[in-house]
Amino acid sequence: MIKVKKAVQYIILTIVSLLSIFPILWMAISATNTSKDVVAGKMIPGTYLIQNFKNLAAAQNVGGAMFNSFKYSVILTLLSLLICSLAGYGFEIFHDKGKDVVMSIILLAMMVPFAATMIPLFQMFSKAGWLNTTIGFIMPTISTPFLIMLFRQSARSFPPDIMEAARIEGLSEIGIFFRMFFPTMKSTYAAAMTITFMNAWNSYLWPKVIMTDNDSITMPMLVANLKSGYSTDYGVLMLAVLLCSIPTVIIFFLLQNYFAEGITGAVK
Amino acid sequence: MHRAKKRFSVGKKQNLVGWLFLTPAAILIVLMSFYPMIKALFLSFKTGIGTTMTWTGTTNYTRMFQDKVFMQALNNNFLYLIIQVPIMLILALALASMLNDKHLRFKGLFRTAIFLPCATSLVSYAIIFRSLFAVDGFVNTILIKLGILNTGYNFLTFPTSARTIIIIALIWRWTGYNMIFYLSGLQNIEYSIYEAAKIDGASPFQSFWKITVPLLRPIILLTAIMSTNGTLQLFDESYNLTYGGPANATITMSHYIYNMSFKYVPNFGYAAAMSYLILILVGTLALIQMKVGDKRD
Repeated sequence: MIKVKKAVQYIILTIVSLLSIFPILWMAISATNTSKDVVAGKMIPGTYLIQNFKNLAAAQNVGGAMFNSFKYSVILTLLSLLICSLAGYGFEIFHDKGKDVVMSIILLAMMVPFAATMIPLFQMFSKAGWLNTTIGFIMPTISTPFLIMLFRQSARSFPPDIMEAARIEGLSEIGIFFRMFFPTMKSTYAAAMTITFMNAWNSYLWPKVIMTDNDSITMPMLVANLKSGYSTDYGVLMLAVLLCSIPTVIIFFLLQNYFAEGITGAVK
Repeated sequence: MHRAKKRFSVGKKQNLVGWLFLTPAAILIVLMSFYPMIKALFLSFKTGIGTTMTWTGTTNYTRMFQDKVFMQALNNNFLYLIIQVPIMLILALALASMLNDKHLRFKGLFRTAIFLPCATSLVSYAIIFRSLFAVDGFVNTILIKLGILNTGYNFLTFPTSARTIIIIALIWRWTGYNMIFYLSGLQNIEYSIYEAAKIDGASPFQSFWKITVPLLRPIILLTAIMSTNGTLQLFDESYNLTYGGPANATITMSHYIYNMSFKYVPNFGYAAAMSYLILILVGTLALIQMKVGDKRD
């Protein structure tokens, strides 16, 4: 009986895992095949990868979009981690009634749907001349309630003894943050980095609103531009999807254990 | 949640330092969330284009409920919410408790595989699913080869199948994400509780409903609120997977608001009014969920 249960458990997990991987595997294999082979249902890697890449590069500025996506995402991630971790640390380590009230107001911002702020933000940013700029891309999401909460929760496990000792040593408050807090919270930073980089890289609606110039577009926008009604070149399309997915998949594999750890710290 | 009593005395100087630490983040939230939200509220009572907008009272709000496309979009969002979110959360919870088994082998492999869809961008997976289910796509090719179909079935041109594909795609993309939250929560539950339950003769099904679900309630609540929020704001799937079609059968509210603002002749006032309905819905549903989630204590 127990053996049957075990087997069922393994079978279910295997099926779900295969279903999860299959579309991604299909995408990666299709990127190496001609459109005709893809349509025919070929599931073996082909030799058409380089030709697909040439076709893609001829149709779209892939290098430019890749560079833009990297530039926007890296700058946003660095700034976001700095500002939100400072805030989370500030809320927890120096907490008092006033700061707790501010924190609950910030958490309310989690419920604000993007559709409600999108139009006013677009108007504000056009006036400021921020369309097609990095600052335009990053400003709305540098500070997010989710990240502030994540850092506030993990600051709870920061040992007070370290702080006391550092203060006696004469370290400044900002010095304690950078030299004591930052190195001890590596897994939280890694989790925050994974989430922020992925969200930045994958964001679509906002860049679509403010990146009106073809030279400023991001990878997801380029991929979306490729799709066309009836005669789609699936090989080229899937290669673009593959290129768009590689950075986030790499980050995911490098940091997935930290990600789970960081979330565990936050949901305690 | 019990907060430890004050860790150390917070002096005046340190209190000020605390405020300095959190000020940049707080200012950004006010400028990028609350201020635009208030601007949108004013916009929603105006009509016109660009700088020549005039007050129109509640016209935008009454128009919304006579707008067939918007009503369809509202229906679609709720359809996705009611069908997709429960299936996804139950599946995520079931998978998480299977993976929480101490004696399970290849645990890391299963977890990575199931979480992997989250690494793909929303645009990418929408396009992958569009291609898989295209009339000449992989699914049709296989169905024809197996002799189930004679010619390709155009899934995306029929309302029911198009909506089903959106729901399948959403489940595929987000189950692993929610599963990670549940797995993290399960790690905070002592494993010995399960072993004790087993000795007392509880079936896995019983310990799932009597131990796992009650202990994970705060996280289930969190994921339910996040998913509700996300589902009411769906955009990429409608925009890139089905293009909102056939004939607006799958369009979402955010997609329609986008069209109203940036695709057709811009009508920011009307779009802002519709976005406020989303805000009200998100807020109300979150409140209800928090009430229900807390009550059974």
